[in-house]
Amino acid sequence: MTAQADIPGRAPVAPDRRTAWNIRRERMRFHVRTLKLAWRTYCRDKAALIALIFLVAVALISILAPWISPHDPTENVANINAPPGSEGLLLGADVDGRDILSRLFWGGRIALLVGIGPTLAATIISLVLGLVAGYFGRWVDQIIMRLMDILFAFPLVLMAIVIAGIMEPGVPTIIIAITVALTPYIARLVRTTTMSVKQQPYVEAARAGGAGSLAILVRYILPNMIAPVIVYSTTLIGLMMVVGSGLSFLGLGVQPPDADWGTMVAEGRGVLKKAPHATIFPGLVIVLVSLSFSFIGDGLRDALDPRSRVR
Amino acid sequence: MAEPILRVEGMKTQFKLRAGTLKAVDGISFTLEPGKVLCIVGESGSGKSVTAQSILRLVEPPGRVVEGRVLYRDKDLLTLSEREMERIRGDRICMVFQDPMTSLNPVFTIGEQIAEGLRAHQGLNRAAARARAIELLKLVGIPNPEARCDDYPHQFSGGMRQRALIAAAIACEPDILIADEPTTALDVTIQAQILKLLADLQRRLNSAMILITHDLGVVANLADQVLVMYAGRMAEYGDVQTVFRDPKHPYTVGLMNSIIRLEEPRDAELRSIPGAPLVPINPPPGCGFRFRCPKAIERCSQEAPEPRVDRQGHAFACHVAELNGAQA
Repeated sequence: MTAQADIPGRAPVAPDRRTAWNIRRERMRFHVRTLKLAWRTYCRDKAALIALIFLVAVALISILAPWISPHDPTENVANINAPPGSEGLLLGADVDGRDILSRLFWGGRIALLVGIGPTLAATIISLVLGLVAGYFGRWVDQIIMRLMDILFAFPLVLMAIVIAGIMEPGVPTIIIAITVALTPYIARLVRTTTMSVKQQPYVEAARAGGAGSLAILVRYILPNMIAPVIVYSTTLIGLMMVVGSGLSFLGLGVQPPDADWGTMVAEGRGVLKKAPHATIFPGLVIVLVSLSFSFIGDGLRDALDPRSRVR
Repeated sequence: MAEPILRVEGMKTQFKLRAGTLKAVDGISFTLEPGKVLCIVGESGSGKSVTAQSILRLVEPPGRVVEGRVLYRDKDLLTLSEREMERIRGDRICMVFQDPMTSLNPVFTIGEQIAEGLRAHQGLNRAAARARAIELLKLVGIPNPEARCDDYPHQFSGGMRQRALIAAAIACEPDILIADEPTTALDVTIQAQILKLLADLQRRLNSAMILITHDLGVVANLADQVLVMYAGRMAEYGDVQTVFRDPKHPYTVGLMNSIIRLEEPRDAELRSIPGAPLVPINPPPGCGFRFRCPKAIERCSQEAPEPRVDRQGHAFACHVAELNGAQA
């Protein structure tokens, strides 16, 4: 076959090895460039960058808690409600005389797990359900969304009690309960954004180009609707840490004397006047971590969108 | 006369709406020969775009092609499975859309989007598809295609995006290219370039083209045949020469009179067709154009005119023209 580049169809279908290799290298360069660009866009958002650094630090401390905690988090090491700085405890002691700093370190493990785990799981489940419902519409939509409505109707606490009844109170119980409770919220968002992206001309153009439903869902709709979902989900992470604490407070989740930020706030509230530090420190950590997740969500949204990337 | 590549027979597309059934396309027939250009003209809402969508089976519920046949190489596209249809779309029959600003996926590069069709339909690997995409971009007149290939759609201007979309449409050398008002969203200086590019590529590929347009000047320049639609029905259909020299349907005459001519004095009134197009939901009996027709007669409100074909293959659906023809 003669190669006449200017006439379509006369192009060499399989270019020689060297060019193919060059092209692959070009593609790799392109991907590296895209990643660098995304990272630079992310870094331009200073709040997101600081939040990321903070969260990485929190995650590292939580993971390393067994080795870096000054004391056993469940052991009585000081006077009850010892103020910060006294008795060699940086943040003081709580109502049972346990080291608050050590409890914060250990509590991060549970708080992060309860915050990230269910939100991530619910987001993935919601993406599948919401995309299918929004894209196919009609009876598929009806079945999925009515099912979501039923889940909506169940109060979270009731659901957690039922699940705790089946399994037993503990962290897995609240993770499952929160996942189930969260799914309808995210699924609704996914469904609405899917329906609006589905109306875009480029989706029709893709169909006219012979793309099947799966290709359209994965390559056209998903990447164009994911931004609000990422922002919403990351915001929910912080909220779910607090919700998980609430469930623990009711005795459905973390069992005393295990440390958890939310539980620490709950335990401290009885002595709020006498020992405010027992509540303030874990409360502050929850607020900062929740905020950080929100900022990271915003930063991710910008970094993932080619239109807002810096050049 | 060559064997037609596409033969549409009595196609009807309807939308079931709460207000009633919208007969968007109501019994359209035409044939398209390889390498020829058919222009579909008519006002907004006359069913031009739905005709194009119906051929590719892109009509979404509540719309449905309820009747007729769309014969492509003796295969009725309306009876194919969805899987078979996907193989034809974007490969044998391709479409260029009206609005280039929104017809490209914003999260993938131009090159990836052109390569996508090549990989799916021609089984090219990533590298070969990319090389071909660059070639195609060069072909449609994008400068520096090796670099621009990695650009995202928002980095392209409107005219360049339409060029990229055309590149994607011709990537697999389709037998039929459907262009649905490809220049409406572009500014005037670019319009001519894009049309020239389309016509040029169509000739080189020897593809047949269906061009949907408002612009009768474009029709005169590019078309071999012209189909005039009104309210979902065929008003007039035939060779562009025949139709333009001797328009039979008052609607075609009205459209031709509405063209603004520079040589006329500036204070001359702009001509238009009075009234608004008929929306074909539960249409009254008779000819849909009779309310706006200067020549309407009694019979026009009683029965809808059936399409007649004269000896030159010039088809029209009009009682008045028929009577005139009988007298002549």
